[in-house]
Amino acid sequence: MDSTVTTDTEENVWGGGNQPLGASYGKMMMWFFIVSDALTFSGFLAAYGFSRFKFIETWPIADEVFTHVPFFHGNYPMYYVAFMTFVLIMSSVTMVLAVDAGHKLQKTKVIWYMFLTIIGGAIFVGSQAWEWATFIKGDYGALETKGGRILQFVSADSGERLALRDFSETIPDDRVDHEKKNGVWYYQGESLPSYSLNEVLEGVKSNSNVLIRTEYLKDGHKTVLTREETLEKLNDASMVVEGANLVQNEYGSRLFADFFFFITGFHGFHVFSGVVINCIIFFNVILGTYERRGHYEMVEKVGLYWHFVDLVWVFVFTFFYLV
Amino acid sequence: MAHEHKLAIFRGRLKFKSNIQKIWGVLIFLTLITIVEVVLGIVKPTSLTHSYFLGMKVLNWIFIILTVVKAYYIAWDFMHLRDENSSLRRSIVWTPIFLVAYLIFILLFEADYIYQVYRDGFVTWNF
Repeated sequence: MDSTVTTDTEENVWGGGNQPLGASYGKMMMWFFIVSDALTFSGFLAAYGFSRFKFIETWPIADEVFTHVPFFHGNYPMYYVAFMTFVLIMSSVTMVLAVDAGHKLQKTKVIWYMFLTIIGGAIFVGSQAWEWATFIKGDYGALETKGGRILQFVSADSGERLALRDFSETIPDDRVDHEKKNGVWYYQGESLPSYSLNEVLEGVKSNSNVLIRTEYLKDGHKTVLTREETLEKLNDASMVVEGANLVQNEYGSRLFADFFFFITGFHGFHVFSGVVINCIIFFNVILGTYERRGHYEMVEKVGLYWHFVDLVWVFVFTFFYLV
Repeated sequence: MAHEHKLAIFRGRLKFKSNIQKIWGVLIFLTLITIVEVVLGIVKPTSLTHSYFLGMKVLNWIFIILTVVKAYYIAWDFMHLRDENSSLRRSIVWTPIFLVAYLIFILLFEADYIYQVYRDGFVTWNF
């Protein structure tokens, strides 16, 4: 080793302070994390594709599931999700602007752009919470058969969807909600649906206008049964389903609800943690931490994470709401 | 940090004067794509939903391609991949693409097989 001639270049290579691939340590680690996280999300989405191809003929139509806009009544497929997508892209833009201002060491601009980014993220998380609440609460209600299939109802005249409340009979029933305060022990019974199975069945039988719509897809539409088939199909019904949770789903295949909660939930968790990290960096900028450090690379690093969250949403949007 | 921004997009066809202008330009482009997607998703033209390519509706192919285009511009311009070393860019981009393409290939083929078993096999599930 003593005989080795030390040249300038070798000193640079072994002397430390190198940046492999021209990226600083922190940025490179953020990229490593993003790549591995991207693989996690891809795993989820591929699993979604797996289940969908498995039940390709009976999968719910997303346009019919997500039709609500806050403060408006009626049928508005996609509009709200499109708005959420735009909010997230917009907050991505303010984030790049913050990074750009950071490069130029303009502290006030960084503060404002970070602030706008945080607001955008908060609007998105709030919208997603609202979307979850609407999805869980449900819309029309449906019957579940013994085999776990979903039967929905349409009007024979107009072809529009019918909610259970539109036609169900009211039959006096002695079954009541078992609440915690009436229990000997600290438990409560499963909550009852707004209409019992019997009330819905009688309602269908007495209203000749009601037809059953099955999960079967034909030419992009769900199959509607004739009146005779409807009455026969009622024998298969086993329970009333309202809304969606991890076990039941009035919109169709249960897996659809499971994946919806899982994938958008995991993404929403990312957005939430992104907002928290953005807040930390935001206060650090205000306190002048990066001003003293001489560079705003931390802003760039959280920026990478924030854009990644946006990137994932682009894919979730396509595979959950569009395709 | 120190390196310069590359200010041209669309393979050099559109050049911007500053990085900030490029950011707004990319935003306009991404918004346009999203609007096209939403309009197609609401209208669902029958010519696109009833024609198939490789077993999938043409409309869905359009959605997927537009999504990849959007992802490209988010990664290249918002995440500054355009300004990074090509070696860093390639290792970040091609590793997931290879793994994900493989995963999707396996899972979708397997799912289609299970679908056929459900359809043709002696399994009753619709009762």
